[in-house]
Amino acid sequence: MTSRLTAEDLKLGYGERVVSTRVSLEIPDGAFTAIVGPNACGKSTLLKAFVRLLTPTSGTVRLDGRDVGSHRPKQFARQVGFLPQGLIAPENITVRRLVARGRYPHQSLLGTGTAADEEAVRTAMAVAGVTELAERPVEELSGGQRQRVWIAMVLAQETPYLLLDEPTTFLDITHQYELLALFARLRDEGRTVVAVLHDINQACRFADHIVAMKAGRIVAQGAPKEVVDAELMEEVFGLPSLVMPNPATGTPMVVPTV
Amino acid sequence: MKTDLSRRLPLLLVSAALFVAAAGASMMVGARTVPAAEVWRAFADFTGGTDQLVVRDLRLPRTILGVCVGAALGAAGVLIQSLTRNPLAEPGILGVTAGAGFMINVGVLAGVTASQGGQLLLAVAGAAIATLVVYAVGRTSPLRLVLAGVALSSVLMGISLGLRLTFPDVFDRHRFWSVGALAGSEQTPLVVPALVTVAALLAAMAATGPLNALVLGENVAHALGAHVARTRVIVLALVTLLAGVATAVAGPIVFVGLMVPHLARRLAGGSIPWTMAYAMLLGPVLLLAADVGARVLLPTGEVPVSVVTAFLGAPVLIWAVRRYGAATL
Amino acid sequence: MNGTLTLRAGPAVIHVERRTVVVSAALVVVAVVLALVALGRGQEWAGPGEVLAALAGYGDSAFVIRQWRLPRVVAALVFGAALGLAGAVFQNLTRNALGSPDVIGLDAGAYTGVLVAVTVLNGTAGQLAVGSVAGGLLAAVVIYLLSLDSGLSGMRLVVIGIAVNAMLTAVNSWIVLRAELDVAIAATGWNAGSLNGVDWSELRLPFAVLGGFVLLLMLISHAMHQAALGDEIAATSGVGLGRLRLLMVLAGVGCTATVTAVAGPIVFIALAAPQIGRRLARAGGVPLVPAALTGAVLLLAADLVAQLLLQPVALPVGVVTTAIGGCYLIWLLGMEVKRR
Repeated sequence: MTSRLTAEDLKLGYGERVVSTRVSLEIPDGAFTAIVGPNACGKSTLLKAFVRLLTPTSGTVRLDGRDVGSHRPKQFARQVGFLPQGLIAPENITVRRLVARGRYPHQSLLGTGTAADEEAVRTAMAVAGVTELAERPVEELSGGQRQRVWIAMVLAQETPYLLLDEPTTFLDITHQYELLALFARLRDEGRTVVAVLHDINQACRFADHIVAMKAGRIVAQGAPKEVVDAELMEEVFGLPSLVMPNPATGTPMVVPTV
Repeated sequence: MKTDLSRRLPLLLVSAALFVAAAGASMMVGARTVPAAEVWRAFADFTGGTDQLVVRDLRLPRTILGVCVGAALGAAGVLIQSLTRNPLAEPGILGVTAGAGFMINVGVLAGVTASQGGQLLLAVAGAAIATLVVYAVGRTSPLRLVLAGVALSSVLMGISLGLRLTFPDVFDRHRFWSVGALAGSEQTPLVVPALVTVAALLAAMAATGPLNALVLGENVAHALGAHVARTRVIVLALVTLLAGVATAVAGPIVFVGLMVPHLARRLAGGSIPWTMAYAMLLGPVLLLAADVGARVLLPTGEVPVSVVTAFLGAPVLIWAVRRYGAATL
Repeated sequence: MNGTLTLRAGPAVIHVERRTVVVSAALVVVAVVLALVALGRGQEWAGPGEVLAALAGYGDSAFVIRQWRLPRVVAALVFGAALGLAGAVFQNLTRNALGSPDVIGLDAGAYTGVLVAVTVLNGTAGQLAVGSVAGGLLAAVVIYLLSLDSGLSGMRLVVIGIAVNAMLTAVNSWIVLRAELDVAIAATGWNAGSLNGVDWSELRLPFAVLGGFVLLLMLISHAMHQAALGDEIAATSGVGLGRLRLLMVLAGVGCTATVTAVAGPIVFIALAAPQIGRRLARAGGVPLVPAALTGAVLLLAADLVAQLLLQPVALPVGVVTTAIGGCYLIWLLGMEVKRR
């Protein structure tokens, strides 16, 4: 498996506070990777290091062999797209205009774009399923709709890599599964998707590659079938569970026995 | 309690000593430096020399003024910071002194400031109105209160400036209403303001008891028997009275009421009565020190003391914001 | 009136909000009307026809209008626009409607630079311009360093700025007293800017300097627009935030400091114009063009009021903007309290 986006021996922290040490990770290209773990285990921090929102205290994150910090901002943004947590809808903007903002790395200094922009926006909205909402103000939408609009914006960026920090958190269950199915489809189209997920079952169901973290370290990584077992659940989450094949899909299914 | 007293009493004595030192400096330093011995002789053994006249007729009233205004502003600062639990509050920042000054300007224009009683009333009225407006607009957060105060001060200063420029003759004699200064007030009769200040200070000291209870939170205070609403009104009234009188005699002076309570609180620990005691001693120390500085900062002439207090107080405000930020005391 | 206009020039495409365009056009009309009034004001009021003729060079009042009144009117419009832009830039930067260069002490710092140039150096126009920008930048650096750990957005920075403002204002007072500057300056209380007596010769350099800073703003406006989406989205969509912020501070300080160098501190235009412009255009973020146009209209209107209110005394325009702006600020705060 090739890996264009890699992290070597990272030490991450905010000021004095150290969050992670000795973290190494190679993101498998063309796969859907899910990062799981309990709260405050360093999942978001690791993701931020990958997208240059956090500079590692030591260690290197590389894209195509070069330190990510050495890429120019727009250049990097054409390769890697990121959806953070806690997004606030701006005022007075329609869905279409917000999605169009995702084209920034492809536009000139003064903001001029090309016809390709409109095409990308249309496609992105269609894939995210928000085309009917195109002319509505974003602030009027429901939480689930808004999240899909943000996804459309990142999709419009047309990046081979898509990193998302807890994209399913505030969605109802139907939308959660729709979104995860969307990530799987994007993976089918050749994109690399990395998402921090808080539901281990969903991760096992949809992801090709699981990265389990605890207290700032990667405890295990690999295909769900190989990695997720009762021992891992105990170690990472402190949750005694049974792990058995999901009757519908065959992927590992975690059943807590608490 | 014993250990508290054994710590606080020496500190109080040190503060008192600083007070004496500051007063002494105020008597000695100026355009002509008068040695301490000569100052003493000016009162004990008056012979009518120039130095002695300067001490008796200029420096003494000025020092007394500094003591009154410093104590008044310091006490007002303690009151308002304790009441609003806002570490950034003080009569200057909150526009109270600006309100007082503005009303006096209006009074000057209307020709009703002949008597000192009239001036004092106007000042207190202006202070009261400013307090109400600022409190109404900014009460939700400490930072917002400051902003409201700044806004109001700006408006009032701006209008005062406009008035002064439009009617220069009327305002010529009242030059210092724009900017606080201890200079130029040597002729002001100090008896009434001093008496009012002393009375207000005593009342402020008495109010610290109920305030102590209030600081614990309104519900707790109720349980302890304190009359929350009544205490709040009395404290606010005292703040306007103290700030109003201080502004009436010296013009708007900012930041003294901010700096002194923080200093006093460091020394006094959590007790408000002790904080008040320290404030009444340290307020004059600070203001007189600033005034002495004001006298020597220019080769000729003087800087108004409010300029010095602004320069000294701004870092204190910055420190207070960084330390307390949006949090309350 | 929703909707976007799409402008095409060859393969290049750019979108603009229709409402913004309409509002901008309306503001331009208002500005022109006010300008005609201001140019026609005098012992005897000149009608618009006469004013237009005078501008073209005909008529008895041509000299008066072109050499005395026109510089002042143009200065009010240009400086007002500059202040509006500066305000918009800083309100975007601090993500706070109150994060305005006049409130947080950048104007006071610029004025300190001006005073230093006047008292220590020779006080040539070039020195004033450099001094004011340097002073404003220095104040910005100080505030930035002091606010660093509590975050650049939010109220803390604003209050720290207020403290810096108080301190620098005190310093300015001291400098003025020390240098025993012209009584006229002292009389205005050192803190109210004025457009009295501006003529063409003293406007050439400032206009050129402002032109440069406005050009800089135009170049970074698209990135600023993107940055309004939030730091994380901006950074990961390709905005170089560090460099953008530096350039924003430079452009913002440049605009407000240049105005201060010529006219003294004129407060509250930078605070109010961007917010009024934003509300009119019903835009997200703080858009630049409505801010500039609103600033131009506000300053010209304020200057008219300053001249007319207490005739024949001409108030410094800074007094009028302070009085009105302060009330606006109080209203703004009051509205926020009600909303909670």
